[in-house]
Amino acid sequence: MPEPSESPTSRQVVTPTRVVAGLCLIAPFVAMLWVSSYARIEPTLIGIPFFYWYQMLWVLISTVLTMTAYKLVQREQRARKGGAAK
Amino acid sequence: MTLHTTAQLAASSTKGVNGVALAVFVFFFLAVTVMGFLAARWRKAEQSANLDEWGLGGRSFGTWVTWFLLGGDLYTAYTFVAVPAAIYAAGASGFFAVPYTILVYPLIFTFLPRLWSVSHKHGYVTTSDFVRGRFGSKGLSLAVALTGILATMPYIALQLVGIQAVLDVMGIGGGEHTNWFVKDLPLLIAFAVLAAYTYSSGLRAPALIAFVKDGLIYLVIAVAIIYIPIKLGGFGHIFDAAGKALAQPGAVPGKPRGELTSGPHAQWAYATLALGSALALFMYPHSITATLSSRSRNVIRRNTTILPLYSLMLGLLALLGFMAIKAGTDIQGNPQLAIPQLFEDMFPSWFSGVAFAAIGIGALVPAAIMSIAAANLFTRNVYKDFLKPDATPEQEHKVAKLVSLLVKVGALVFVLTMDKTVAINFQLLGGIWILQTMPSLVGGLFTRWFHRWALLTGWAVGMLYGTLAAYGVASPTQKHFGGSSAEIPGIGEIGYIGLTAFVLNVVVTVVLTFALRAAKAPEGVDETSPADYTADAGDAGVAVDLPPATAGAPAGH
Repeated sequence: MPEPSESPTSRQVVTPTRVVAGLCLIAPFVAMLWVSSYARIEPTLIGIPFFYWYQMLWVLISTVLTMTAYKLVQREQRARKGGAAK
Repeated sequence: MTLHTTAQLAASSTKGVNGVALAVFVFFFLAVTVMGFLAARWRKAEQSANLDEWGLGGRSFGTWVTWFLLGGDLYTAYTFVAVPAAIYAAGASGFFAVPYTILVYPLIFTFLPRLWSVSHKHGYVTTSDFVRGRFGSKGLSLAVALTGILATMPYIALQLVGIQAVLDVMGIGGGEHTNWFVKDLPLLIAFAVLAAYTYSSGLRAPALIAFVKDGLIYLVIAVAIIYIPIKLGGFGHIFDAAGKALAQPGAVPGKPRGELTSGPHAQWAYATLALGSALALFMYPHSITATLSSRSRNVIRRNTTILPLYSLMLGLLALLGFMAIKAGTDIQGNPQLAIPQLFEDMFPSWFSGVAFAAIGIGALVPAAIMSIAAANLFTRNVYKDFLKPDATPEQEHKVAKLVSLLVKVGALVFVLTMDKTVAINFQLLGGIWILQTMPSLVGGLFTRWFHRWALLTGWAVGMLYGTLAAYGVASPTQKHFGGSSAEIPGIGEIGYIGLTAFVLNVVVTVVLTFALRAAKAPEGVDETSPADYTADAGDAGVAVDLPPATAGAPAGH
């Protein structure tokens, strides 16, 4: 949310890449705060109730999502810097 | 109460010292002590007598060092002891630590690179530095600094509680009958060593020791999570036994001890605790210190993609709480002992020693970083802003070193003179308090719209509400500060007090900002400009401001 009116070199603030990156970052919040979606015992995994293994699975999912967001932001930054140099 | 002291007495007199475990523990402890002192020479810059060098390691740390430092910082000994202890005591509700640490990283990803950039551009060492620069308000900056120091002190104290738990299980914590000096001597020694190398090496010491700590922790968890379930007959049996034990009547009459999954009435509390704790975690001065010590914006972002490894470990560790239930671990009335005792019962002596060393060293790293962070805050935002505005960098450096000592002594006195529950209560309050600095900090990172006086009032309201609400929570063992959740006014569900206070804080801030803007109250000078928030290492003005940061660091860009 940088104020575009203040920056003289106003660039596009909302790009499709940023929206996707933002969604990647928001997804874990939706999944984790919606507790009733995973507050159950079945199905168990090697004897571990769903409640526990599902949340631990989300550690991995959120890692992949954050990594995706990182790559997207990174790529956009590089493109912008390359454009500015030329 | 008398019952369980007699039990403790009996236990400590019959158990004796576990020699092999103690020897292994001492060995690792000595090794990290040597490392701590040698750390002063590691990645050393030419000019070292300033706060950037001592307090931020020259701002030169790359991805891996930052990873270990942040990991060592956020996953403390207390976490290792307390999370499984909470699971042991009440089941599912203790597992909120996992969603909590999942949510931390998207937040860090979004907020902290901006803080990194603006801090590098203007040479900020603390969050209060930034708040002062952004809002032109020393009062607001002082409020943020004092909140940070207040919230950090009990956190350090809890690290010592973590060490104590390990010492107790090893049998050198002493019983009730021993002289207080003999009883606390091991803790005093551990403490003196920690204080000495933090004083001499600054942030470099915990950064280096964090490697050992995490290596040990990963090893112990990997072994524990495979070895113990096999010994106990598999996860199926463990959860069956845990489910039965948790369904037994608990301390609250008419209610079971806990549940295996978060029940309908506990879900609000579960979610708000996870969210509120995640928001609070990276407001803590020590997380900010570790972040600002990194070399570039990208180091921070890259870190958020590898830090979740620790969350996975925390999840596995939490499951140890259930294993302690199944194993029938004798906790002598203190759930904090569940994990150390489980290790002692399950592992051969030498490996218990390794596990105890992991927890003990796990306490030293965050305690060092926290004391450095608190010292940075005091030096920059109390000493320099209010007491001695013309302080030279050398003087700042000296004061910070001294304050880091004082903070630790304070924490030690706290642990030795007061009941452990007091430290836990204060840490609980600390989380609620630190969350109230968020509108100033994160709000400030994205917009200058908020008015400084509104932010200050919002902070005060949040602090007051949070403290009073926490005071009013009773538990079976305590009349006040019995927990961190209370009914959310207007919603009627039980939720985390910190988050409720935070919402109240934001509402007050927004309403007052409208009023103050309408009244044209003076806004203060903003010394930052929008471009400062996205500047990266190598950009004009960033490297120039900080010669020490680039002096020792390899050219990464």
